Amino acid sequence: MDESNYLDEARDPLIIAEGWMKDGKDVAIATVVETWGSAPRPVGSHLVIDAEGNFHGSVSGGCVEGAVVTEAIDVIGSGKARMLEFGVADETAWQVGLSCGGRIKVYVERLG
Amino acid sequence: MDPYILKTLNEERRARRAAVLVTDLGDGRDRIVREGDHVAGDLGAAIANAFRTGNSRSVEAEGRTFFLNAHLPRPRLVVIGAVHISQALAPMARIAGYPVEIIDPRTAFATPERFPDVALHAEWPEDVLKREPLDSYTALAAVTHDPKIDDFALKAALDARCFYVGALGSRKTHAKRVERLLALGAGADQIARIHAPIGLDIGAASPAEIAVAVLAQTIHAFRSRGLEAKGAVA
Repeated sequence: MDESNYLDEARDPLIIAEGWMKDGKDVAIATVVETWGSAPRPVGSHLVIDAEGNFHGSVSGGCVEGAVVTEAIDVIGSGKARMLEFGVADETAWQVGLSCGGRIKVYVERLG
Repeated sequence: MDPYILKTLNEERRARRAAVLVTDLGDGRDRIVREGDHVAGDLGAAIANAFRTGNSRSVEAEGRTFFLNAHLPRPRLVVIGAVHISQALAPMARIAGYPVEIIDPRTAFATPERFPDVALHAEWPEDVLKREPLDSYTALAAVTHDPKIDDFALKAALDARCFYVGALGSRKTHAKRVERLLALGAGADQIARIHAPIGLDIGAASPAEIAVAVLAQTIHAFRSRGLEAKGAVA
């Protein structure tokens, strides 16, 4: 049965981020703020990350989460927000990209 | 993000109240705007649009770039009456993104065999709505034709400001219903919000076609939320 009338507390990234905060953890929140082409997750989607690299949610369905987590740990350390942009992986360079051919912009900020 | 903002935003989301989180992408400052809060200028217009559509996006306003994250409660549709129309309406509405709950105390109607995969309550609306109150992101369609079952739920839907309230029955049936709702203490302006006869006028002739008309009217009501209220003020 579809229980989506109410928040899925166990899986909702913003609820999880609040819980981590209450546990005294340092937390970063990543948000998809723009998409072009066939982006796998809609604008507004969240990935939340703690200082140990634990994460919940999704900004790309798995394509770039690893890179976002790495950046987020830096953001937790510095407190300075970052704007990340991901596009199709460059054939000549070994970098993360979206195999679907879309592009996304992800805003990463520290909680607090 | 400000920790207090996150806490407040989650409170709003848990309570099924709409909120837009506005983040200044230049300096990272954020704030929460609730539905009905007045925000001036281009930013205000963009926020109003976010509430109406539920779409999140970046906007340029006042020489700055803001990200608007729209957090709208998931709309849902409560149907009073486990009848033919409801059997067609439940799967169609679910596909359209409006999960359905059906309430009907008549146990011969409200059976899982007739309504597989639907949240079904073989109880009086009074009892179910006490546990699961209606709200402004809920639509209510009353289709039993039986005042004993429909009337309480209709009054509750008007009081909870459901974004859509529809009631099955002819104009003549509805005129009698209006009298009963007035006697229950509903205001005339409240009662005027009831869509009756129910459904968009598409000449629906079968229960399934009436279900299409009800679903279309529900979607129209959801996508024009706030617009009629503004018109009334102007």
